[in-house]
Amino acid sequence: MELSSYLQFFISGLTVGSAYGLTALGFTIIFNTTGVINFAQGEFVMIGGMLSVFLVRLPGIDLLPAILLAVAITTAIGALIERFTIRPVKNASVINLIIITIGVSILARGLAMLWWGKDTFALPHFSGITPINILGAFILPQSLWILAITLTLLVILKVFFTHTIFGKGMLACSFDRKAAWLVGIGVEKMVLFSFMISAFVGAVGGAILAPITMTSFDVGILLGLKGFAACIVGGLGNPFGAAAGGLILGVLESFGAGLVSSAYKDAITFIILLLLLFIKPSGLFGRADTERV
Amino acid sequence: MSGFKKNAAGLTAFALLVLVLPYLLPNEYYVNTLIFAFLNAIIVVGLNLLMGYAGQISLGHGAFYGLGAYTSAIATATYGLPMGAGLVLGIAVAVVAAYLIGIPTLKLTGHYLAMATLGIGVIAYIFFNQTIELTGGPNGFTGIPRLKLFGYEFESDLSYYYLVGGVLTLVVLFSLNLIDSKLGRALRAIHTSEKAAQVSGIDIARFKLFIFVLSAAFAGFAGVLYAHYLGFVAPSSFGFHFSVTLIVMSVLGGMANVWGGVAGAVFLTVLPEFLRAFEDIESIIYGGILIVCVMFLPEGIAGGITKLTGFRPGGRKADAEK
Repeated sequence: MELSSYLQFFISGLTVGSAYGLTALGFTIIFNTTGVINFAQGEFVMIGGMLSVFLVRLPGIDLLPAILLAVAITTAIGALIERFTIRPVKNASVINLIIITIGVSILARGLAMLWWGKDTFALPHFSGITPINILGAFILPQSLWILAITLTLLVILKVFFTHTIFGKGMLACSFDRKAAWLVGIGVEKMVLFSFMISAFVGAVGGAILAPITMTSFDVGILLGLKGFAACIVGGLGNPFGAAAGGLILGVLESFGAGLVSSAYKDAITFIILLLLLFIKPSGLFGRADTERV
Repeated sequence: MSGFKKNAAGLTAFALLVLVLPYLLPNEYYVNTLIFAFLNAIIVVGLNLLMGYAGQISLGHGAFYGLGAYTSAIATATYGLPMGAGLVLGIAVAVVAAYLIGIPTLKLTGHYLAMATLGIGVIAYIFFNQTIELTGGPNGFTGIPRLKLFGYEFESDLSYYYLVGGVLTLVVLFSLNLIDSKLGRALRAIHTSEKAAQVSGIDIARFKLFIFVLSAAFAGFAGVLYAHYLGFVAPSSFGFHFSVTLIVMSVLGGMANVWGGVAGAVFLTVLPEFLRAFEDIESIIYGGILIVCVMFLPEGIAGGITKLTGFRPGGRKADAEK
């Protein structure tokens, strides 16, 4: 096989991997402040994509305002979910929190199906569909958009977490909630923020990916799963590991589909996930940590 | 023996109910529905042990159900093995799969098993769909013989109903006794505090693994019975959707309650027969049940009844009392 095919696989892997990475980032942000794995994370991606599709069809709304509005609404939904399902049960066991977020996720899916039906939808590409030829590989302009927006988001989040008082407060919660509370950080507010940021990141991912991979009411399940797999690859709790994990999974999946079998494309991710759980559960970039009693 | 005595009344009542139920129903179709309800109940009782007592969640029990069903179907229909061998192989494959996933993940926290089982569910579903020569792929696997054990073929729906009802009763009996055993007490200790349990000398990983494998065995068994009842299996019966349905049944009935599991499974299997628009709003109902039950009724129907009446139908002491 030629170099150009490999480049092609690599770029399309990075494109899809960005979506996994953004989903993984969402998981990590919530996990860090609350210790909850939000099984509804994939639904944020679905809602972001589907809302964009339907808002842009309304008369008088262009693509950019539609996407911004969709992202804003999804962020608000994230806040509502935290306020009404997570905060009231904050002392619940892990298993109960998992069940609640699963409940939220299938409820969201059910409502989306009722409103928008079972069809698959595509969003218009941001800047046309004329492929760009790079070293013999054909790359859609949308892929460049996806990569650029993902990188921008990562940089913004990095700055947010290390240079703003809110970001530092959230990081403090992830280290030790009680200590954070003692030094005067509003932990409840931080948890609310973490859900909003996660929803925001997920919705952006959903909107930028919708032109290429299409979207439907049930895309959240698989995206959520792969996003979580990306978290494990990068080491659960490490935001940039999660983003990197997403890109790695995307590329592996793309090569697996191209070189081995596309029928088993989705299985590849999970086989990697299971292998990693067997061999190195702390992730590729994580250190094996000892649990505190 | 005391455990048996305590549960004897409930079990006898249940066995009698199973016995007379077909004569109380208006027509044979409901017997068919009840068979599916009981099959689901067998899986949910196992899932209850895992979720309510071991405090772990599996999002892939549909896969173990499917592994049982497909293994026995292929063993008997494709390779012509005797029914008994199909039954044993079906359960064995589910058990081995659960064992292999359980070893690495149960040592980690709850999230890992949830995701690993979800992953297994997806892999199994893809596998059932793609290995067309073996499983028939998306079109399904046809021509599975009716169950025949010790020379008796369970040909009528009624005989199959009694078989499945009998298996369910035994599964319930076994589970109730398990909870009252030393192992059951260990599991409850794990659920309350893993650290405390570990410090008092309980091998947490081993106990959790045992329950996980046991629940997969129940699911595999149910799968075998399902395949040889319907005569046809297709991947869509064993996907993520079914795994979630099982969890909804368990949560609705009450996770830490064996009878609650049976009630939840029977209720949710029969419900679609009465709700014509069920298919469209199924997800909304299921999602709503999960959220509302965990937030307001953490012990499910069974726990709710206990609280209202003070009567405890064979479950463990309500958490609220501590």
